[in-house]
Amino acid sequence: MSHSGKTQKTLNRYLSRWDRRLERELARFRRKTPGEKVFDLLVWVFLCFGVVICAYPFLYVLSVSLSSGEAVNKGQVWLLPVGLSLDSLVTVLTFRQLWVSFGNTVLYTVAGTALNLLMTCLAAYPLSRHRFFLRRQVNFLITLTMYFSGGLIPIYIVVTKLGLYNSRWAMILPVLISAFNVMICRSAFEGLPEDLFEEAAIEGANDLYIFGRIAVPLIKPTLAVLTLYYGVARYNDFYSAMLYISDPKKEPLQLFLRRVLLQASMEITQTTGLDMAAMSQYTIQIRYVCIVLSVVPILVIIPIVHRYLIQGAMIGAVKG
Amino acid sequence: MKGTQRRVRPKRNLKKEIYRDRYLLLMLVPVLLYYVIFCYLPMSGLVMAFNQYQIGSGLRGIFTAKFVGLRWFRQFFGSIYLRRLVRNTFLLQLYSLIFGFPVPILFAIAVTQVPRRKVRRRIQIVTYLPYFISTVVVCGMITNFLSPSGGIVNHLLNRLGYESINFLNLPEWFRTIYVVSGIWQGFGFNSIVFVASIMTIPRDLFEAMKVDGASRMQIIRNLILPSIRPTVILILIMTLGTMMSVGFEKVYLLYNTAVYETADVIQTYVYRQGIQSSNFSYAAAVGLFNSVINFAIVFVANRISRKVSDVALW
Repeated sequence: MSHSGKTQKTLNRYLSRWDRRLERELARFRRKTPGEKVFDLLVWVFLCFGVVICAYPFLYVLSVSLSSGEAVNKGQVWLLPVGLSLDSLVTVLTFRQLWVSFGNTVLYTVAGTALNLLMTCLAAYPLSRHRFFLRRQVNFLITLTMYFSGGLIPIYIVVTKLGLYNSRWAMILPVLISAFNVMICRSAFEGLPEDLFEEAAIEGANDLYIFGRIAVPLIKPTLAVLTLYYGVARYNDFYSAMLYISDPKKEPLQLFLRRVLLQASMEITQTTGLDMAAMSQYTIQIRYVCIVLSVVPILVIIPIVHRYLIQGAMIGAVKG
Repeated sequence: MKGTQRRVRPKRNLKKEIYRDRYLLLMLVPVLLYYVIFCYLPMSGLVMAFNQYQIGSGLRGIFTAKFVGLRWFRQFFGSIYLRRLVRNTFLLQLYSLIFGFPVPILFAIAVTQVPRRKVRRRIQIVTYLPYFISTVVVCGMITNFLSPSGGIVNHLLNRLGYESINFLNLPEWFRTIYVVSGIWQGFGFNSIVFVASIMTIPRDLFEAMKVDGASRMQIIRNLILPSIRPTVILILIMTLGTMMSVGFEKVYLLYNTAVYETADVIQTYVYRQGIQSSNFSYAAAVGLFNSVINFAIVFVANRISRKVSDVALW
């Protein structure tokens, strides 16, 4: 009893807070001129429209995955799950290849992002040292790749002729450095006070020491942004996998998803032992479950790193 | 020669400089190795666009194959594909630009009209999330939503009394689907830059305009828009730079032979010719043609921008 009383109290407090807030907003709204009221209304309609079209598809996909197969087939699901059922979720979660490919993706994402960061810092630091005698040349070499590349075919031939076809390295090596991110990282290093480097050099520290112990720890916020960008790119990388990986044991999640979502692969539904007709009806639900599962990691991580994301956009805006 | 050019700096001592910067050079070793192998080797591999590369001839075969001059280019320029591919590539990007470019700016202005920070934050998070979803999943959603059997869009059409439409098999729908889904996925993320740039406008300017009795529209027109102009121009040039490089993955995952007429773009053609049919030299030539156009567009856009405003990439 006491427990529910407490809950009631908390709820009341919460509601009264909302009440007050609403009143305040209304008061503010009443003070406005008619023109401003219309303007406000339009802004809110626009914003709500934006939010709804972004959120609805995901909500719908989630609801379908959690509904009973019957409700889905009758087309009863529009917003929330109908006839809650975890059957399709369980079917997908117990499918082995999903976990194999997910494990591969985790490996590619973690190892790939770590190497991305290391290489980006290694490239950016020398470029940020004004006294470095090859600064301009190396800078040109890297910038050029932003505007011009060999293109699909020559890169494909180089990678495959190096023996990387169906090798896990093919998922990591060809996209080790993004020139754009090097430029972001370089300007972060350049933003550090010059005295710091001079003093460290007078104390007898060499470049490697200054780099590892002083410069890199000081640009952690920038590195967080880069981790985010590289990490998401790695997690979502389909291009490299499509070109270089055909072995199911090494395939990343995106390749698996493509088979299930787009190529009408029956591999999961076959495990359910249903007959053909039931299977084809089941397919769309299975697909939506796969979408939900693959999107969850991103949906969890992104709001947490929101701050870094905004910072990243600012860097992009200033740097261009 | 020596007499005419007076050096301000003392004579450089290369050996000394190498020794002084030895650790920097050491750091650059893996970086340069990467650039040489995965960027500059393929770039020099573009010579294959001018010779007859044989599949079995390995890496060296790129440079030792028989020289054929402009044969592949002539073949491409003479084919029916040239017009169709260039048109599709250009139109997909043009429509994305015309319809997609203003949306994030408008949205950013709307977001910054919200007084509460927490609410702004939530709106932003929800709207930029789609940007981080993989192309495969986005295309999976598009395909399944639009599917004539069990897709929600056709389901809705049936409810309203219309016939089902097989959207992804109709050439006239492809561009709409591509452009609309592109805007859907990108507007929230692309608006972050503009929101950030509006937020850097000093608060007192807003206050001053309010005191002077300016309406919200006037504030937007006379304060916000001029302030974000450099950012808008910069983003515009960067977008122009990708004018002829359509998101290959998305087209590749969405199109099928029924809609080649409007959907086939240069990159997908390169992929089919090169990877699927092993016409490597021909495909490389088509790819090179694409890169050159791309580069030319960025170059021109940058030139124009530097003339009409102070914003430029280089």
